[in-house]
Amino acid sequence: MSEEIQIIPDSLLPLDAWHREHGARMVSFAGYEMPIQYEGIIAEHLWTRQHAGLFDVSHMGQLKLSGEGLDVALEALLPADVKGLGEGRMRYSLLLAENGGILDDLMLARLPGGTIYMVVNGATKWDDIGHLHEYLPEEITLNHMDEQALVALQGPEAVTALARLVPGVEALTFMTAGLFDWSGTPLWISRSGYTGEDGFEISVPGDEVERLAVALCEQPEVKPIGLGARDSLRLEAGLPLYGHDLDPETTPIEADLGFALSKRRREEGGFPGAERILRERTEGALFKRVGLLVEGRQPVREGAVVIGGGRVTSGGFSPSLERPIAMAFVPAAAIPGSTLQIEQRGKIFTATVSPMPFVPHCYHR
Amino acid sequence: MPLYFTKDHEWISVEGDSATVGITDYAQAQLGDVVFVEVPPAGTAVDKGKEAAVVESVKAASDVYAPVSGTVTEGNGALEADPALVNTSPEGEGWFFKLTLSDTSELDGLMDAEGYKAFVEGL
Repeated sequence: MSEEIQIIPDSLLPLDAWHREHGARMVSFAGYEMPIQYEGIIAEHLWTRQHAGLFDVSHMGQLKLSGEGLDVALEALLPADVKGLGEGRMRYSLLLAENGGILDDLMLARLPGGTIYMVVNGATKWDDIGHLHEYLPEEITLNHMDEQALVALQGPEAVTALARLVPGVEALTFMTAGLFDWSGTPLWISRSGYTGEDGFEISVPGDEVERLAVALCEQPEVKPIGLGARDSLRLEAGLPLYGHDLDPETTPIEADLGFALSKRRREEGGFPGAERILRERTEGALFKRVGLLVEGRQPVREGAVVIGGGRVTSGGFSPSLERPIAMAFVPAAAIPGSTLQIEQRGKIFTATVSPMPFVPHCYHR
Repeated sequence: MPLYFTKDHEWISVEGDSATVGITDYAQAQLGDVVFVEVPPAGTAVDKGKEAAVVESVKAASDVYAPVSGTVTEGNGALEADPALVNTSPEGEGWFFKLTLSDTSELDGLMDAEGYKAFVEGL
């Protein structure tokens, strides 16, 4: 009997047909067919910076955790102050390995009743679920909310557009969330995102997401935006992308994510890799994630080598700044303003270490 | 002027032993917004099927291959200042380079407009 090669087809998201109707070019990403672009990355990027863009991020993992001792159990796996997380509050956090490496980056929010809502990356969600099942005690219930879709509405006019449909969302501030009713459909809405702009992330039942997408895109401020612009927006905002800028070999200090270590957790420790991470926090790590402004017009991409040690982990063209920008891991001595040389396909590029974000954040605090 | 196409989505417009090379409308649509183009300077020897130019969109870098062998007589300097010409006029102002063919028989294996259209429809 011959062995058959099984090709596992990509899954389709609830908005699949809607994306195609809107002229999306679909690509394979994290096991799903997803829209990379509609009218073009630069136009979509600039639209989001000036108006409001609707992103389908339903590939991400939405998890609900509950049970006796939940906060203590989660604090054993990540460095956030879960105990201090009040209802409707959110935190950015990291799932850590024993060596202090980053297994995933994620968002935590406290739902009414003490439950924790967690959003993890699409490409890592199955590993995360396995990790949580393995390390959380039996009393904790983990519910993968795979019947829920997730969309993000981002940009300075996002609040105007969304408040027209869901009055009350304008009262949310950055990194807070709440349960809202939209004509009979429950929406869990947070004021957060991945573009550096003001905006919202909306968890909606999968069978209602198309109705919501249609209603949002009827607002004059809103256009659908693909994954391509999502990537260029987050790069300008200095936000790392898991699997590129973050991985199990990278610690939170190397990744310049020290803010994800809550004060109490820094003092008490007790999270995976705490010894190494807290030592790096005081003594410094050998490498660190920095921003780079690249000279000339040609982008440097992920994988380009920093001469003298280091590598580019994300790179591309910034539509807002109209120049190439990048993130790289470089020796920690490289301070903002210092110049580096980068080799890509036999060519040498000059880049200046730059503070991030490249484009200022515009959060509603 | 006879116009030929390659399976790598370059076009070549030939006049005697001179020719102009660019990428097709299909190629520019696939690439998306072009943000950088590197064309070979005059005097560069290019080989059929080998890298001759680089085109970068927001999301990726791609090589442009020489449809035939020859010597470059001019690179399109306008693309340095305005790489988006590749999107707006891929088969016109967005041309990449001109060259002198070293062997006109190399054109024999290329597609004509109709053949290329059928090729793209089959992708």
